[in-house]
Amino acid sequence: MAERSFAREVQDLRLGDGDTFRGEGILAITKGLLQSGVSYVGGYQGSPISHLMDVLADAQDVLDELGVVFQSSANEAAAAAMLSASVMYPLRGAVAWKSTVGTNVASDALANLASGGVTGGTMIIIGEDYGEGSSIMQERTHAFAMKSQMWLLDPRPDHECIVRLIEKGFELSEVSNTPVMLEVRVRTCHMHGSFATKDNVRPNFTIKDALNNPRRDLGRIVLPPAAYEHEQEKIHKRLPAAVEFIHNNRLNEFIGPRDGKVGIVLQGGMYNNVIRALQYLGLSDAYGNTQIPLYVMNVTYPVIDSEVAEFCRGKDAILMVEEGQPEYLEQAVSTALRRRDINTRVHGKDMLPMGGDYTAQVLLEGVRTFVDKADPRLLGNRPPAPNADDVLGHPVVQKLKAAVPARPPGLCTGCPERPIFAAMKMVEEELGPHHVAADIGCHLFSILPPFNIGATTMGFGLGPASTAAFNVKADKRSIAVMGDGGFWHNGLTSGIGNAVYNKHDGVFVIVDNFYTSATGGQDILSSRASNANRQTNNSIVQAVKGIGAQWVRQIDRTYDVGKMRATLKEALTTEAEGPKIIVASSECMLNKQRRVKPLTARAIKGGERVVKERFGVDEDVCTGDHACIRLSGCPSLSVKQLDDPLRDDPVAAIDDSCVACGNCGEVAEAAVLCPSFYRADVVHNPTRWDRFKAKVTMAVIGFLQRRRERRRPAFGIAA
Amino acid sequence: MRDETVKLALPAAGPATERPISIAIVAMGGQGGGVLTDWIVELGESQGWVAQSTSVPGVAQRTGATIYYVEMMPPLGGQKPILSLMPTPGDVDVVVASEFVEAGRAILRGIVTPERTTLIASSHRSFAVTEKMAPGNGVMDKAIVSDAIGVTAKKEYIFDMNALALRHGSVISAAMFGALAGSGVLPFPRESYIEIIRGGGKGVEASIRTFEAAFEETRNPTAPASETRKPAATGLPSGTAGRGVEPLVNRLRSELPAAAHDIAYAGLAKVVDFQDVGYGAAYLDLLARLHAADRQHGGETKNFLFTVTAAKYLANAMAYDDVIRVADLKTRSTRRARVEKEIGLAQDQVLQTTEFMHPRIEELMGMLPDGFARRLEKRSGLVRWLDARVNKGRRLRTYSLVPFLMLYVVGGLRALRRRSYRHAIEVDHRDRWLTAATGALAKNYQLGVEILQCRRLVKGYSDTHARGLSKFDKVMAAIALVEDRNDAADWARRLRESAIKDAAGMELDGTIETIKSFAVEGISQGS
Repeated sequence: MAERSFAREVQDLRLGDGDTFRGEGILAITKGLLQSGVSYVGGYQGSPISHLMDVLADAQDVLDELGVVFQSSANEAAAAAMLSASVMYPLRGAVAWKSTVGTNVASDALANLASGGVTGGTMIIIGEDYGEGSSIMQERTHAFAMKSQMWLLDPRPDHECIVRLIEKGFELSEVSNTPVMLEVRVRTCHMHGSFATKDNVRPNFTIKDALNNPRRDLGRIVLPPAAYEHEQEKIHKRLPAAVEFIHNNRLNEFIGPRDGKVGIVLQGGMYNNVIRALQYLGLSDAYGNTQIPLYVMNVTYPVIDSEVAEFCRGKDAILMVEEGQPEYLEQAVSTALRRRDINTRVHGKDMLPMGGDYTAQVLLEGVRTFVDKADPRLLGNRPPAPNADDVLGHPVVQKLKAAVPARPPGLCTGCPERPIFAAMKMVEEELGPHHVAADIGCHLFSILPPFNIGATTMGFGLGPASTAAFNVKADKRSIAVMGDGGFWHNGLTSGIGNAVYNKHDGVFVIVDNFYTSATGGQDILSSRASNANRQTNNSIVQAVKGIGAQWVRQIDRTYDVGKMRATLKEALTTEAEGPKIIVASSECMLNKQRRVKPLTARAIKGGERVVKERFGVDEDVCTGDHACIRLSGCPSLSVKQLDDPLRDDPVAAIDDSCVACGNCGEVAEAAVLCPSFYRADVVHNPTRWDRFKAKVTMAVIGFLQRRRERRRPAFGIAA
Repeated sequence: MRDETVKLALPAAGPATERPISIAIVAMGGQGGGVLTDWIVELGESQGWVAQSTSVPGVAQRTGATIYYVEMMPPLGGQKPILSLMPTPGDVDVVVASEFVEAGRAILRGIVTPERTTLIASSHRSFAVTEKMAPGNGVMDKAIVSDAIGVTAKKEYIFDMNALALRHGSVISAAMFGALAGSGVLPFPRESYIEIIRGGGKGVEASIRTFEAAFEETRNPTAPASETRKPAATGLPSGTAGRGVEPLVNRLRSELPAAAHDIAYAGLAKVVDFQDVGYGAAYLDLLARLHAADRQHGGETKNFLFTVTAAKYLANAMAYDDVIRVADLKTRSTRRARVEKEIGLAQDQVLQTTEFMHPRIEELMGMLPDGFARRLEKRSGLVRWLDARVNKGRRLRTYSLVPFLMLYVVGGLRALRRRSYRHAIEVDHRDRWLTAATGALAKNYQLGVEILQCRRLVKGYSDTHARGLSKFDKVMAAIALVEDRNDAADWARRLRESAIKDAAGMELDGTIETIKSFAVEGISQGS
């Protein structure tokens, strides 16, 4: 079960002719796929396209009605390989993933797919995780499109335009026998907007038809001599077909006046911000009525040379607006113009930054520089453009800059991974620091305060593999951390299998929280929930044993910090040979709370006896040294300033968002911190026995308390 | 609604529609920003406007700082406006911050500017990890944010929206929506907001109550809750004191200067509460002696800062954290009452608490008579054997009879305390500290005060306590290196502050290295 439910929203996928869809970009994309008559869909979750996978999972009914097959892929390579269904059969298929990381993983399959070519339309929805808010390395998917020759669509951030490009993209894929990538940036995926819908289309050739009528064609398989022919086919048949289709269907747009001394060529995705920049310069209104001619590339690969030439002819200069590096488009445009001997000057990365987000502010500067140089008269009366420099330079704001604490992402309240790292921290204090290889997932937050554990991350599921070199006898062992998501993505073979085969001496911690939590809590093979459409509950422990691991420890409650610490210590010091594997399992608290909270509320309301737990800190026992926080970082464990003139430092305090995971108490106990933590158990709807017992006990306790308090000298204030 | 109009050669797009209204919501992941964003979008659409929102969900957002962004504008003759996906510095109409320092972060992004921006922010704090983990007080000073808001926001609506929401049984998004409505920056009637909440389904009534309260608070702010500390409840009372302590309070009045009265009263209360009236008298004896030294070295002109500082830290030193004190505090009725209040215990509910204790042999030996414990300590094999029996986590159900009795009995052992091993250690440490401080006073008044304040470094239990002590020792040793310099007090302060900043003590070691470098230099120059 995913973190966010789209049960209500998926009903919008049923909208038909004459209706208007309002909602998130990801949902609009899904609707576009259904309107295009896809036969199968798949992919791998990851921001910004996690919600696409969640929507598809929640839309099983809608998909069933249309006969669409939905597969959760093991990883992006598996998703890409699935597209082979469209090689021989006229089946339309689509897969989605986070890029460039997902495209990296998928590249082998994609290169094979693109070489042999496709019969049915194939589309890869690329969540381009670039710029502010991205969680990965800053690269462009553009290079992948060029190297394997797959067409790259980069529609304007507008639902109408995106959906049209999806529909046209499938046609393009079919007429040019080439897979198509649809690139959507982070904010576009989560952009709220609207478009006029059409009826969904049932595929007229289905997966079942394909299975019942198998076909093969040796010419489509990547093996010499066919592979050589594929290349020629790409150059001489598929590319011209694509260029013709894109031009005839006007997938790229000419916006604004046709003629002018200057013009702007831009990626579709840059359109909204370019218009805003023009508006700041007084060169457009808010509705996109621009004074400067624009050539909007909704298709960024291939570049349609004839359109570029047509746009540039008669202009003194153009500005190429292309986000990210290197400047592939600027080079392509320059080449197109040189070959035709069109002497329009090409500006781009000389006036705009090489890397980073092209925000309206960045574009404002770039476009102003460009117009200033190429046609300054246009800037006319130069209205004041927004500018925060004065504010940012103000001494008071400078002081603020130095003082505002960073707020990086961290583990949630009650996260089962916290005690694992608390235990690692304690082991570190005992045995000294170790080389720790981190992996992708929530557990990567261990690299940040307060834990500061982890030296490298080499890609999803590759934490264990990235310790491969450290396989020598030394005083210390390497530690690799990997999540259950990474484990099933590839870590079982690349990490554990590799370590078993090479008799690696290191320690491997597999963090099993029952979901791929970092991407939004999707189910995986080892999820403990039962899922009507998938086979879950496949044990990680059995899998690693099956692959040959001998030293395997399962910890079924990560919150048992003492056990966690002892197990880690044993793994680091044992004489046993081969990889030492610890599977640390507890349910993702975010998902658990979503599951349990309504049940508890209902039980209490229904009069059932329910014990609700919460942790607290005795403020008079706490000395304010915050050692507990340095082993936790839990959002619900905070500090508060007491109204006591004798105290300098704030004491620890737990707020009511505490979910009583137990980490505080366990850590205080295991690390011998202090006795100020307590767990409060509140019995809702107590039984008569509960009440009787409490009454008797409290009567005795009350007597004792009063007795001692009577003897205490009275200052009239509590200490 | 825009005060400057973009001069276009094109026909104007229409009045009041030159640029969209832009709203940035700065929040921490998973704290209502998404709900508020959806409401604002629905609100705009319900009024026939085109509204667009963007956000960055995913793992990058988990509990970290994040931003949601909305633009809205009426369509014009069938033409939809082209809306931006990110806020532009200097061009944001409304910034809504769900937490106070996040408002500060928005200022640093340049999206709060005096020409344009209405800032709606909750004044409550949710501390960042780096603020919380410092061994001392790492919390950012709110005034820095307030000052910056003062010079950047066009209008500001700031109150504790979190507390207001909690009071009305809802969450902060409803309060922020109410404040947005109350601010009047959007040209929509109040009813239209309520309609949107009503359409939401869950917790509607509480949300509306919260919305109304926040709306009202924005329109007619209640007197700003002063951030300054209330007069301490622990000040020296003017009348007679409670039973048994009257003579002590009278002594305090007559023997100590007025500047030290309040703090010494609080200190006296603490040590008497810790032990007994006799111990309070010991406190006053010590304090009187320190005061005499203070007076002798010109304390009068310094408003007896040495005495005032001593009154505070001596009380803390004397009321050290031992097993007896913990057991005593845990078994008091005031403690039970505080827990009940904190968790909001209802009439028909039953409360139990569990304590997490981890005593070591050190704690046990600390309670033994001094001489006996010292003899025992010499037999390290026996101590190890005993530690193996004692040293483990023990959980006690506080409000069950047997565990309560155990704690109660330990809490009652104070009669033995002043003869105990731990007490002897504490007294020894205390005396050395006071001697150092008084000794410094003769040469450098301020240095004496700084040395008193170093006591702040000693706190916590077991390992943390040991680490605090070692830091204290390091700082005292380093102070000795510079005690003859004119700026010795300054260095003492710097040493203490670097010691309190990081737990590992790296920063302290750095400061000590600096001191050593010039201290050695100074010696070689002097020779």
